[in-house]
Amino acid sequence: MLSSTAIRRWSWTHKWSSLVCTIFMLLLCLTGLPLIFHHEIGHLLGTEVEAPAMPEGTPRASLDTVITAAKAVHPGRMVQFVSQAEDDDKVWFVTLTHTPDPTEDFKSVAVDARTAKVLSDIPTNQGFMNLMFRLHVDLFAGLPGKLFLGFMGLLLLVAIVTGVVLYAPFMRKLQFGDVRRERSTRVKWLDLHNLLGVVTLVWALVVGATGMINTWADLMIKYWQYDQLSTLLAPYKGKPVIAMDQRGPLQQAVDAARTHAPGNKLSFIAFPGTSFSSPHHNTVFLRGAEPLTSRLLQPVLVDAHSGQVTAAPQLPWYLTALLVSQPLHFGDYGGMPMKILWALLDIATIVVLGSGLYLWLRRRAPASAAAPATATATGLPAGATATMARPEQSA
Amino acid sequence: MKNAPTPFRTLWGWPIVLGLLIASGLATALISDTWGDWWSWVGLGLPVAVMAWFAWRPTPAASPADPDPGDDPAAPF
Repeated sequence: MLSSTAIRRWSWTHKWSSLVCTIFMLLLCLTGLPLIFHHEIGHLLGTEVEAPAMPEGTPRASLDTVITAAKAVHPGRMVQFVSQAEDDDKVWFVTLTHTPDPTEDFKSVAVDARTAKVLSDIPTNQGFMNLMFRLHVDLFAGLPGKLFLGFMGLLLLVAIVTGVVLYAPFMRKLQFGDVRRERSTRVKWLDLHNLLGVVTLVWALVVGATGMINTWADLMIKYWQYDQLSTLLAPYKGKPVIAMDQRGPLQQAVDAARTHAPGNKLSFIAFPGTSFSSPHHNTVFLRGAEPLTSRLLQPVLVDAHSGQVTAAPQLPWYLTALLVSQPLHFGDYGGMPMKILWALLDIATIVVLGSGLYLWLRRRAPASAAAPATATATGLPAGATATMARPEQSA
Repeated sequence: MKNAPTPFRTLWGWPIVLGLLIASGLATALISDTWGDWWSWVGLGLPVAVMAWFAWRPTPAASPADPDPGDDPAAPF
């Protein structure tokens, strides 16, 4: 059993770790809610690209024709990536920018994989879902915004762990699930906070931790280039980004990659000089065909000039961890029932956050009514414990 | 009490069971798209149902929950 000093310390840590992150966590839970259903919402809003149905076995257009068609929509831009959805290989998404470096100024063109006809010049950086996405991912502040939210995620993990420790002294004389409605509103919400908090515990830990890991994605990819790719690409060291007229056919590069690693599906192709490739290579990212391996990527570096495979390095453990953590954050790997449950657990977390904030506010109110505000801030020895541990006092 | 459950089991029994359910559901859906998805709906669904039940269940008619009103049941010390 915890001593009163220990409880006071755990209470202090629980209070401050949650208070600092609560506003941001509420924002993340609220913006994350529509993001769970981004496919369905895109469908309803008509922003989801769909290719017309064609007979099975309709021949596919060459990727070079596809690239040419996409470039014609945005002359003057270069291609960074070409990708296809996991569940639909009828559409190519071509990302066009003015620079090979990471940038917010990008265009996305959807091209039919069979006819090489442009299906849509997808609006980027606008609309409700983009707003939700940016608020959820980086607060419109790029990498610093991501890392900041990652730190808030870390505080959430601290709040969850300390909350579990405090669950014991608060629930010692109660049965699981007891909600004392007959007592004050504050006691009722304390019990609900404990109930929902302890039931959502594992889910919130997993989603919080994987979200935090995702904020480090950019850094991990940079480190991978430095750590692994620089060794593999030593022979190409110091060469500038290969000129457009020096590049061989893209289709040939993709075919070479697929022959090198048969049985895989194509995920995306990173062009020379972009953050997922080298200045001299088209890097073809393949994914496995099994449920678990479909989340993992096998990069194949294909010399952009010769079309020969240079290397197919194993993804390092930290990128594997990143890729496995993504579905665990998104909740997109168990069909619609899982998405609905994800949303319900998200709402339960909102209630835990909101009730926690309420319990803290109600703790302060009677004290500040009785004494000047300065006294509440400094004058109460073990103020957190006294009021957190004896909910009845303020009620 | 009948089987005289230990204080640890009274306190942590249900949280551990529900935590394991969620953890297993999150894991199985990763490795299988058939039974794995199916189990994940159970593993995540049951805890959600438990939360809903206790949060909204009608107040028990008699209130034996507080045997000693003078003692604050939530105060650890």
